[in-house]
Amino acid sequence: MKPSSFEYIAPRSLDEAVDSLSRYGGAAKVLAGGQSLVPLMNLRLASPEVLVDINGLDELGRLQAWDGGLSVGALVRQSVLGGADLVRQRLPLLAEASALIGHPAIRHRGTVGGSLAHADPAAELPAAMLALEATFLARGPRGERSVPAAEFFSGYLTTTLEPDELLTEIHVPGVPPRTGNAFVEVARRSGDFAICGAAGLVTLNASGRCDRVRIALCGVGTGPVRARRVEEALVGEVPGGSGLVDAAQRVVDEIDPPSDIHGSAAYRRKLAAVVVRRAVELAAQRAGA
Amino acid sequence: MQLVIRVTVNGTPHEALVEPRRLLADFLREDLGLTGTHLGCEHGVCGACTVLLDGESVRSCLLFAIQANGRSVMTVEGLAAADGSLHPIQTAFWEEHGLQCGFCTPGFLMTTYELLQANGAPTEHEIRAAISGNLCRCTGYQNIVRAVQSAAQRMGAAVGTPVASA
Repeated sequence: MKPSSFEYIAPRSLDEAVDSLSRYGGAAKVLAGGQSLVPLMNLRLASPEVLVDINGLDELGRLQAWDGGLSVGALVRQSVLGGADLVRQRLPLLAEASALIGHPAIRHRGTVGGSLAHADPAAELPAAMLALEATFLARGPRGERSVPAAEFFSGYLTTTLEPDELLTEIHVPGVPPRTGNAFVEVARRSGDFAICGAAGLVTLNASGRCDRVRIALCGVGTGPVRARRVEEALVGEVPGGSGLVDAAQRVVDEIDPPSDIHGSAAYRRKLAAVVVRRAVELAAQRAGA
Repeated sequence: MQLVIRVTVNGTPHEALVEPRRLLADFLREDLGLTGTHLGCEHGVCGACTVLLDGESVRSCLLFAIQANGRSVMTVEGLAAADGSLHPIQTAFWEEHGLQCGFCTPGFLMTTYELLQANGAPTEHEIRAAISGNLCRCTGYQNIVRAVQSAAQRMGAAVGTPVASA
């Protein structure tokens, strides 16, 4: 129950961090908040030879307004994302999703970039970023590149980041006026990973019908899953009544959920339709308010 | 590979040579002899090892001691006064039977300390949300919630501020 030995590198600049990653390749792991990596190391499920501790890179900790939305540094702590006024005003979905992660002591250390790069399929932030159509900036020895959220998550605990690339910043676009959002999840205990959850964004038109809908789920696949068929079915609908129930039901054709100790695939399918419906209802309510 | 770190623990500066893999919890217990911080699960689930890092609650089993370099840590040993008299939170846990075996208690005390620093009169819901990351297998939590409410009143009374009824 103790980590095995590793070489510790604390780079003083982003370039130094990227240099270290490219020097050690797959043998090195990035240490950000450590709330997923260190448990794996304590259990010896992971034994990286080198840890590159990026916690000293203050430039990765910035949270600022960006083009109507937000620019979130990879090292921004989940507790900061959950509590910042700027986030509540511009993209309250991110605040709501953050508050559902673990517990206060976990969120004080856990980082936004860490959660995204770890890519746990049950995690909240990947689903929220997918629904918000965020863009991820990565720095590597070949320079900087940007990756849309839809192309970032590539499988179970896997992303399209190369071993020598570092996720540095997330650009999250703003949402149109009359947009409401909600993150709804079902978990056995407060703070647990969700069995199933849904991030919803609903923009209403002048007559109170859905104009634009974005939905992404966690816990129902190998990564976050966008529910495009539900989104399309909802456009033009009044967000309530049987139309919503029918549209939400379409999610079962878009997911291939796992069976595990927390719930069977069949249960997750049922749950997915429920959390999608609740997320859309709540988001629409907030859009009208 | 060993590195020198400087950490202030409960107001006392320490300098030590540690391996990078040394967890903060083990550093506190083994190197500094501060065995009040308990290790339960060692993978961030139980909350027994909760300490404050620069005033914020953290799992000391999920942090390497080197990451506390240059920072300030508060453990359960930092609660009681120098003469050994208990902190109002400790008194409240004693009076309200907020513990039985006591293993989880250091984590609950530090979590409660953080909560009451930020919110002097938390509601029951706020208390339960704050302690949700700490597991207790004895009490069933009812008396822990009462203890936190009682601690809030005691601390409010101590500084002479009005106290909301529990």
